[in-house]
Amino acid sequence: MSRLTVVLAGLGACSALAIATAAPLLQGGDYWLSLGVTLLQYGVLATAWAMFSGPTRYVSLATAAFFGIGAYTVAVLGESMPWAGVLLVALGIGVAIALLVGLSTLRLSGVYFVIFSFGLAELVKQIVTWYEVNVTRDVGRHVFIDISQRQIYWQLLALLVSVLGVWALMRRSRLGLALRVIGDDEVVATHVGIDTSRTKLMLFVLSAAVMTLTGAVLAPRWTYIDPEIAFNPQISFQVLIMALLGGTTRLFGPLAGAVPLVLLFEVLSVNFPNYFLILLGVTFMAIIYFVPNGIAGLLQRVMRHRRSV
Amino acid sequence: MVLTDVLVGGLTLGGLYALTALGLTVQYGVARILNLAYGQFLIAAAFGAFVLATRFGLSPIITLFLALPVGFALQWTVYQLLLMPLVRRTGAGPALETDSILLTFGLSFLVLGICVAAFGGDLYSYSYLAYPVDILGSKVSANRLVAMVFAFAMKAVLYLLLTRTRLGTAVRAVAVSPCFAPLVGIDVRAASAIAFGIGGALLAASGVLISMFLPFSASLGVVFAMKALIVVIMGGAGNLMGCLVAGLLLGFVETLVASYVDPGLTVAANFTLFLLVLLLRPTGLFGKTVR
Amino acid sequence: MTDQARRQVSSRLLITVIAAFGALALGDVRAQEAPKSIRIGYVVSKTGRDAPGASASTTPNYQMWIKEVNAAGGLMLKAYGKRVPIEAVEYDDQSQAEEAIRATERLINQDKVDVVLPPWGTANNLAVGPTLNRHGYPHLAVASITDKAPEFAKRWSNVFFFLGMGSQYGEALVSTLEEARKAGKIGNTIAMISVADGFGVDLSRATRNVVEKHGFKLVYDKSYPPSTQDMSPILNEVKALNPDAFIAFSYPPDTFLLTDQAKVLGFNPKVFYAGVGTALPGYKKKNGASLDGVMGPGGVDLDSPAIQDYFKRHTVSAGYEPDRWTSAVTWSSLQVLQQAIERVGKIDREAITREIKTGTFDTIVGPVKMDNQMYTNLWWVGQWQGGEFYGVAPKDKKGAKAPTIPKPAWK
Repeated sequence: MSRLTVVLAGLGACSALAIATAAPLLQGGDYWLSLGVTLLQYGVLATAWAMFSGPTRYVSLATAAFFGIGAYTVAVLGESMPWAGVLLVALGIGVAIALLVGLSTLRLSGVYFVIFSFGLAELVKQIVTWYEVNVTRDVGRHVFIDISQRQIYWQLLALLVSVLGVWALMRRSRLGLALRVIGDDEVVATHVGIDTSRTKLMLFVLSAAVMTLTGAVLAPRWTYIDPEIAFNPQISFQVLIMALLGGTTRLFGPLAGAVPLVLLFEVLSVNFPNYFLILLGVTFMAIIYFVPNGIAGLLQRVMRHRRSV
Repeated sequence: MVLTDVLVGGLTLGGLYALTALGLTVQYGVARILNLAYGQFLIAAAFGAFVLATRFGLSPIITLFLALPVGFALQWTVYQLLLMPLVRRTGAGPALETDSILLTFGLSFLVLGICVAAFGGDLYSYSYLAYPVDILGSKVSANRLVAMVFAFAMKAVLYLLLTRTRLGTAVRAVAVSPCFAPLVGIDVRAASAIAFGIGGALLAASGVLISMFLPFSASLGVVFAMKALIVVIMGGAGNLMGCLVAGLLLGFVETLVASYVDPGLTVAANFTLFLLVLLLRPTGLFGKTVR
Repeated sequence: MTDQARRQVSSRLLITVIAAFGALALGDVRAQEAPKSIRIGYVVSKTGRDAPGASASTTPNYQMWIKEVNAAGGLMLKAYGKRVPIEAVEYDDQSQAEEAIRATERLINQDKVDVVLPPWGTANNLAVGPTLNRHGYPHLAVASITDKAPEFAKRWSNVFFFLGMGSQYGEALVSTLEEARKAGKIGNTIAMISVADGFGVDLSRATRNVVEKHGFKLVYDKSYPPSTQDMSPILNEVKALNPDAFIAFSYPPDTFLLTDQAKVLGFNPKVFYAGVGTALPGYKKKNGASLDGVMGPGGVDLDSPAIQDYFKRHTVSAGYEPDRWTSAVTWSSLQVLQQAIERVGKIDREAITREIKTGTFDTIVGPVKMDNQMYTNLWWVGQWQGGEFYGVAPKDKKGAKAPTIPKPAWK
């Protein structure tokens, strides 16, 4: 890319960020703010997911587990600690579990890993439920934390920018190179001297940490949280679809997948509440047929085509 | 007395789990397609049985035998129409798995939407063969017993089909080595389509059977898809014996935990077992180390 | 223009001017122009795990209410002296709290509805609570049971709870059992199971807290995960303990399963109580006469002509009967809303909320008056008797039937 393109891209990114930050200050936009929160939520989750699953080619369905841990920690501790403290505790728990999980799953691969990660998410949910039902006898937690939707929005925005920043830096570093080698051929990577297990573990923990924080930030929105709500497996699937759709190799790929899909869900559920599911299914399938390399790949092809013309 | 209850209970529940997963393991093992819409089609079959039983008074056993060819035809068509383009595009490589997961995910929404449009979100239930059968002093509902027997019978039939017929051998060849099967003149695509169809027949039959004793609604498809996936993976993807053993194991563990430990930990116990098996044998109980 | 044409134009012009003056003159009588329609929005679960509950208790009532109100011309707004029809906006929350919140915000901010009807389910109602409160919309939380209702009522001055608290259901059930014990009909052992979810936990906790006070002993006290597909291990355990009463705080799928499997196992306790689902028309259709004696939460006074008429209309409008617990309460909440709006005379949400808080309303379940934003004159325990689910507790409520204990054996 030429220097001019880089500068323009940078300016574009900065102005986009400025607009995004200022948007919630506009009046009467509660609904748009809410949509913005969802866009950011899935943007962060998809990017965090792709950070691990992109380079390592491990398709994970454990998103719901970490998201839920974050949300549930807030539900339990939210009123007894200052907000920053709660976030830290949630992060700590998420990281601890991610380490545990990461260490145990490294021997699996392919579809076995996928279903294993799903089973893990469900197991966490079951354990939390059992504990709440039998020990604390208080399954539904009521969250009365005073955090406005705007604050949630800004926190998520900050999280998104940080995640993108970390990923961008990582790709340029030696770690990024190591990841690319692992993704291409793990056997070669080990022969070249890359500690694949440790690298994969670090990535997994990083990705999980972000997901945990996202869940924690979003929790105050729901007033009532129970394990079924916090550990909703649908989140895992949606994030997976968004990231795969957008393309996991490019920096803005997951975002390019998350934004259109969230908007698509919204448009469909607003305009066709009775046929939402059918239309969603058909649209999905159409996207798979006609956009095989993900949306980011499609954009790149378009740009390349335009440049050559 | 209680031990026989646990034994019989575990067998019937395990048979149910194995039954619901048999079709999926055939589909994945041969066609290499993880059909996420599997559970939704199963529920659709259950709806079909419900309608035929309540509105037309058709015995579910007859519906069962009708379901086999209908399920076969439906899933075979799904493979040819919807999945073939993906197979051609990806050359049946590793990208096929990703793409087919995405596609069948979309397909599951489509089928779910059709079920909801036709039947709403309500709970449906009817009674058939709901009388007790006494086995070793333990009482089991006849319909659950039928499901279990059918699971074993299907496994036997499939085994014979796969080992004693030319078609079956072709299908097995594709499952073992999709790259080299064409060298001996096997049409991989046709074999995959047939395997997909067989999976469809099995899932339709399972749907009809479970409708006899399990209350169901459109959104239950996901639950079944997940349960089937767990059983398939735990047993080793594509392995029929593994599927049966995994199903039975899960059924026994669940019944044991419910009776002797705490019913609240049944699902947790199942998942723990699943995770343990994978940790000790990363490709499932009977899986091969094929990537 | 020809002379004739000019005359036509001028006469038409004259008539138009006279008409305009007339309209202006008439318009002066009213303070403002009446709205063309009253926009009423609601978010219900059409898909997902809450869909069965919503389609049984909530959605058909909303649709029937809007249909009947519009058939009569609309809601009577006396500030304009005319009836204004309802325009409905409906969304699906897909059984997700997140979606319920966003759809509610969409209704308020984008669709600019005048009134919002509540979703189904405790989680969904609590999720949309802050939004409705922030925008000052009256929130008639019908299909939700939470022991924290008084706290919520203090926090949100616009919320009204119509289905009581878990503790009330538990206390009423155990009291009813105590009476039966004192009359020598049953002993003092209870086996209790509950689904591992908010409803199950709340009601089992409430029951657990009062069993000793009423002289009972819990011989079995376990919970099970929702969507369990085989209840026979639990039932076998319970049957072996031979309890006098079996209480299950269950959800519809488990309620159905428990009934089926109890029949197969020949488990015939003197009291058989199951949770959500016992009041569903599907439960009655499936089990028919073998239901006699089964108890559950809720109940309905089927001797009341108002209720009978409601049942008939609901069956015609929705194609199926209402349930025998939440449906009638939902309908009465809509009557409360309608009467409050008509009393206030225009869409003034603050005034409407005030009216609901303080007024007395005439509904199919009798007169309704809020007590600290809660309606508590409910049927806590019902029982299937002779093919209908009558209210059994509180026993001094109009229409109460004496409970049939012990329950006849399964037919």
